[in-house]
Amino acid sequence: MGLKTLLTTHIAAGDSHTLKHYQSVGGYESLKKAISEMTAEQIVNDVKNSGLRGRGGAGFPTGNKWGFIPKTDKPKYLICNGDEGEPGTFKDRMLIERFPHMLIEGMIIAAKAIDSHQGYIYIRGEFHKGIRIVETAVEEAYKAGLLGKNILGLGYDFDLAVYSGAGAYICGEESALINSLEGRRGHPRLKPPFPAVSGLYACPTVVNNVETFCNVPHIIRMTGEEYKKIGTEKSPGTRLFAVSGHVKKPGIYEVEMGTPMKELIYDICGGIKNDKSLKAVIPGGSSSPILTAEEAMTATMDYESIASLKSMLGSGAVIILSEETDLVETTYRLAEFYSHESCGQCTPCREGTHWVKDLLHKIKVGEGTEKDVELIFSLSRNMEGGTTICPLADACVMAVRPTMTKFKEEFSLRLKKEVSVSH
Amino acid sequence: MAYQFSQESEKRFQRLIPQFPSKRSLILPCLFLLQADKGFVDTEGMQYIADRIGEPVSLAQVHGVATFYTMYNKKPVGKFHIQVCANISCYLAGSDSITEHVCSKLGIGKGETTKDKKYTVDEVQCLGACGFGPVAQINDKYYENLTPESIEKILSELEKEG
Repeated sequence: MGLKTLLTTHIAAGDSHTLKHYQSVGGYESLKKAISEMTAEQIVNDVKNSGLRGRGGAGFPTGNKWGFIPKTDKPKYLICNGDEGEPGTFKDRMLIERFPHMLIEGMIIAAKAIDSHQGYIYIRGEFHKGIRIVETAVEEAYKAGLLGKNILGLGYDFDLAVYSGAGAYICGEESALINSLEGRRGHPRLKPPFPAVSGLYACPTVVNNVETFCNVPHIIRMTGEEYKKIGTEKSPGTRLFAVSGHVKKPGIYEVEMGTPMKELIYDICGGIKNDKSLKAVIPGGSSSPILTAEEAMTATMDYESIASLKSMLGSGAVIILSEETDLVETTYRLAEFYSHESCGQCTPCREGTHWVKDLLHKIKVGEGTEKDVELIFSLSRNMEGGTTICPLADACVMAVRPTMTKFKEEFSLRLKKEVSVSH
Repeated sequence: MAYQFSQESEKRFQRLIPQFPSKRSLILPCLFLLQADKGFVDTEGMQYIADRIGEPVSLAQVHGVATFYTMYNKKPVGKFHIQVCANISCYLAGSDSITEHVCSKLGIGKGETTKDKKYTVDEVQCLGACGFGPVAQINDKYYENLTPESIEKILSELEKEG
């Protein structure tokens, strides 16, 4: 366990984003294999055998997702979700800027697997540089005959376009992303029907994360059976962990699944900034419930271990909080994020996220009471578990309630005005 | 003269059309073209977009999209739009001091534009560069690992740029 590279092996190369470099290190060989030697069913089965789970947040098995696409005459669409916006998460931007051809290759292979002939790469709008790099890579791929009609003369057609988001976190939710791509407000849709049955333009659609697609060429190259030997049995492969907060060496690290969190924080990231002690870890993006330092030291970086601690591996964003962290302030900032990003469709989310944020602000500035704490807990019960179309309200609850429970004392001190407050 | 796409935007618009089976998908990219031309999205421009895309897209639909997304400026912003990330990782890295420094240097508050229309300062939610905080986006470019000293230098360079 520990550092192991599949996706980021060639990150040191200054021109890793170019077609020339990508092909010089074996890029697009998996595409040739997939198109000329494998049937769609074989590709799906290989990805199923690899055990690859989606790297966007939910961790759903990728091969199964592809297998849900019905065999109809309707067009099938393939979408890359590059709308990275969860606080703490910053891995996909690196993949987009450094390895756009790995992403494109993964998408073409996935397209053949589901019989799609049109794909879109949806990238968050703020990533201007990444959008330009991917657009250039797509142009390069077209010129080299890797996209368009009759790819490499092997008889498969696939077109790919880049689409820029316009500043809405909710568009990372796949049905909201589909609405956005259709030129609508990014409102999540009621499910069912799921996108596999009725997605973009009411046609069967697969939406996968950037990192998920980037794994695909490696699976095809080494076979699913071999890929599955990396990582743990139920969480195979490597994972890009985006580490931020109070560590000496924040950054993006590709490690084998199952690596102890302690190793990630202390050996790989150099330990806690200013040699302070660890207070807590948010293990999988801002919506994953916080872990105490004690819990974090027992965890390994895989889906099962983090789930056993009642949290989530989510988007692979690890936020480290030292003993100096003001948890009331950080909890308020997260609630502020979710209230800002609520799309407004569902009342429990639209009203609840704002209410929770306002109550936390009251507590943060030293004007809160025990009743406000009780009210937050009461409100949160009405914001979770299927009361809304999408899980944004649940995410707000998960970012707030476990912190208020596990670090109750810190909130109590603020209520008693025994600590300094900021406005 | 009534607004119409600049030559560059018109070229991009023509390239966009065949990429989507539904014309409605053109609304978001067209709003970016409008913003590139004018600096912000206004009713005249949105009407133009609705007309250029044609049925079934209406002004109301274009307006509904424009008002949902934060990246479309609904009013003019300064020549340099400074957006400092305030969310968790940037906050932990000291983003508050960066925002304060920028505001005090420019003599404006958050969400305001300087009188000479040169700078607008906004505090924004996560910019997705959390390992390199504090981060600010100035127009299209990210500035990472900011300190009060480095942002001071950046502001001086912007001042020279004019």
